[in-house]
Amino acid sequence: MSRKKPGEFQVVNHSVAREDGVAKVTGRAVYASDIRLEGMAYAKLLRSPFAHARILSIDASEALRQPGVIAVLHGNNLQGIDPYYGHAVKDHPLLAIGKVRFLGEPVAAVVAEDERSAYEALESVRVEYEELPGVLEVDAALADGAPLVHETSYAGGSFRGFDDPGSMKASNICQEVHLEWGDVAAAFAQAAQVVEGVYYFPMAYAYAMEAYVSIADYNDSGLTVYSSAQHPFIVRHDLAGVFGLFLNRVRVVVPFVGGGYGSKSYTKIEPLTAACSWKAKRPVKLQLSVAEAMLTTRNDDARVRIRTAVDREGRLVAREATIHLNTGAYAENSPLVARKAANRIVGPYRIPNVKVDCCAIYTNTVPASSFRGFGATQVTFPGESQMDELAEKLSCHPVEFRRKNLAARGESIHPGLRPLDADLAGDIAMVVQALETDKPLSKGHGRAVACSASDAGSDPVTSTIVHVYADGSVSVMTGSTELGQGSHTVLRQIAAEEMGVELQKVRVIGPDTAVTPFERSTGASRTTTLMGRAVLEACQEAIVQLRDMAAEILKTAPENLILERSGVAFQDRRLSWQDVLRTFFGLSDCSIIGRAYLRKVGDLALLPVFWEIGCTGVEIAVDAETGRICLERLVTVGDVGLAIHPAMVEGQDLGAATMGLGIGLYEELLYEGQQLLNGNLLDYRVPRFSDLAPKIDLLLVQNQDGRGPYGAKGGGEGSLNPIPACLANALYQATGVRLRRLPLTPERVWRALREQRNKGDNVGH
Amino acid sequence: MHRVQARINGKDYEHEVEARLLLVHYIREKARLTGTHVGCDTGNCGACTILYNGKPVKSCMLLAVQANRAEITTVEGLAGNGLHPVQEAFLNRFAVQCGYCTPGMLLSASSLLESNAAPSEAEIREALEGNMCMCTGYQQIVDAIKYAAETMRASTGKSL
Ligand code: FES
Ligand code: FES
Repeated sequence: MSRKKPGEFQVVNHSVAREDGVAKVTGRAVYASDIRLEGMAYAKLLRSPFAHARILSIDASEALRQPGVIAVLHGNNLQGIDPYYGHAVKDHPLLAIGKVRFLGEPVAAVVAEDERSAYEALESVRVEYEELPGVLEVDAALADGAPLVHETSYAGGSFRGFDDPGSMKASNICQEVHLEWGDVAAAFAQAAQVVEGVYYFPMAYAYAMEAYVSIADYNDSGLTVYSSAQHPFIVRHDLAGVFGLFLNRVRVVVPFVGGGYGSKSYTKIEPLTAACSWKAKRPVKLQLSVAEAMLTTRNDDARVRIRTAVDREGRLVAREATIHLNTGAYAENSPLVARKAANRIVGPYRIPNVKVDCCAIYTNTVPASSFRGFGATQVTFPGESQMDELAEKLSCHPVEFRRKNLAARGESIHPGLRPLDADLAGDIAMVVQALETDKPLSKGHGRAVACSASDAGSDPVTSTIVHVYADGSVSVMTGSTELGQGSHTVLRQIAAEEMGVELQKVRVIGPDTAVTPFERSTGASRTTTLMGRAVLEACQEAIVQLRDMAAEILKTAPENLILERSGVAFQDRRLSWQDVLRTFFGLSDCSIIGRAYLRKVGDLALLPVFWEIGCTGVEIAVDAETGRICLERLVTVGDVGLAIHPAMVEGQDLGAATMGLGIGLYEELLYEGQQLLNGNLLDYRVPRFSDLAPKIDLLLVQNQDGRGPYGAKGGGEGSLNPIPACLANALYQATGVRLRRLPLTPERVWRALREQRNKGDNVGH
Repeated sequence: MHRVQARINGKDYEHEVEARLLLVHYIREKARLTGTHVGCDTGNCGACTILYNGKPVKSCMLLAVQANRAEITTVEGLAGNGLHPVQEAFLNRFAVQCGYCTPGMLLSASSLLESNAAPSEAEIREALEGNMCMCTGYQQIVDAIKYAAETMRASTGKSL
């Protein structure tokens, strides 16, 4: 089948109106926090004041006597359900059982007629603790004889599953990943140049303006949950496990979501909310505050010891890294983050000898999980910092040095994985041109270009149904979540393009696990590629049925019909899909369904589904007096195969790069002892209007080289990954100061500049 | 309990409220106008911005009792016959992603354009510094406000 090229599409590849636009600008868009069910009660949580403590007793009798209180749940009254969940490791009790593992962990939930009564009754729940020595960072957690965050192993979820549940645990290691090819020792021994260093990636919170919220209704017909979850089907899986229900008895509905960025991946407060409803026998709403959301999840902060070697010709010959991830109190998605960090530290380069040891480590801190770009962000900073460090040693321009080592399209960067499906050399050339790297730099300014490649798309299990109606309208049933990224608009465009109808006639429904077919998740930049392709295939399947119906109507063989946009032609007759359905069924309001499912076979057998490219450039100005870094210029490349919606791809790239700016310059969750110091928006600094670069170029590359519809592949995370390294490399260019710890706060930069002045030389840090 | 009589989007509301109830919760829970969002409840994010007697304020920083005899506009009241030019511009320039910050942004922006028909980029950034958006990276919002200013000037026949 010949493939349409940009310029030949009717709906796709155009920046059409957003499907959710009008609802969102008029205030009519419904988010989970806006939902109010008949008879709904409200839950509030009592949280642990200790990082690590045994729970000696819980007395809820007084709380139960408070006005309006319906039920109090705690670790000692959950008999009848399996209170542990976790898609990677089932280590997470929905309320602390036996002991608490981080300060802020939910210990009890009070359900009352209204939020205020629930809140006020919290202080009458009496909990006696015996404080235990804790481990607050990775070195303490790895020390001999360290206190254990978890004493036993748990059953594995879908990702892991090789544990021996119930066996004693001997360490705080949650997950280890080892990667090795070639002969690293020999390569380092023969190398012409080696750089080596330790880099720190900060603990950060992917601030979604809508904090976690869910509403659960447990009754005789099953469990219904409305939630701000990114992955409703994984939430369903976990809920089915907790309550011992069949999958068809658990319904998870996701209305509009107020931002996710990974923080709403996987199961969060849904099991607890559902347990509240189960206990109270009422629908229950649990709405967290932002401060509570910051006690619910965060990214894995990382310490990366890494060395990289080149030969005399400036070719990369070896990379060796040890990555320590601070995973916090529960595994959540960190085992997968560990896997991705190990894979992604190679970057988009040809490196013949590689050895990576990556370890996700339990500590008594807020549990870490997904964060936009996960794994890649933590390791692209050290990897791309070292590319600039090596280029300097070789007296080679950093861009030239990268060019020399970039894998070409079709070349393998990772044995066993799909070869690279992008033209990174082309991407870099575009960034270099837009950044005008040939122009002289003002004093105190620095420029840098960096790139990354992430094995993206996750497990390609995706399905959809498309309803084609006799009045010419079409509905797409999708399990993908609309987080703001625009997935519902993109899916609508694809259906309109394939069925040959106006955009307004296509409706996108879901996700609602009771009615929309299975979709593994909405993450890893997969939706356009996988769900988009499923929608396209479902439309084509519907068209085959419609053609067969038309053949019957026209009393000829299907092969004799000529497929046209929105119908078929035969000799001098033309039948639209509408005509076909009306004639075939003899009714004007009937419909048929087209369906499609994808799985790991055929051209999707090899993982990753695609390599998500990051390629960005910055120019910064450094104020030597204050240490403040200002972003003067930003260039991103959306190497997305085909931009189904160009303006939204640009929006994703700028949004992602801005998150990179936040982590690069300001964002860091700080602990003092057991206490999270800045777990609120007053003290946790995120990017604002004033941080915006005066000059921004958002470039698109459309080589149609993905496995998604029309050659599309995903985006939305790539432009985040290289930004912190860009900033650190530009800082070095501007000042000669090399910082290996993020964020590059004014204080850190100022101190480094002062130290440099005192030393009177250019030695890095 | 205190009696609050407020005029929201041209409609009169009357409720008995507790003295400690925040205005944003009054608007969302009592008046059931859920377009006004809570993104922090500490006065930082601007998602709860409304017009209070014509001025943009963060409604999580006021008490419901302060709404007594006040004139309030929320995002639901922004459109008249057809969308407000700022709403049109946010759609046209793709300044909306998840939409959670959008209501507050729209009210801050419409209020800016009331007092300044032709704001520069720098003025837009400064006026909206108290509104956060974690999705867009802000540029599309700045573009949208500039575009709205243009269309509003064109329709009122004012030129510069
Ligand atoms: S909710 Fe009012 S400023 Fe954030
Ligand atoms: S559009 Fe999501 S926070 Fe602004």
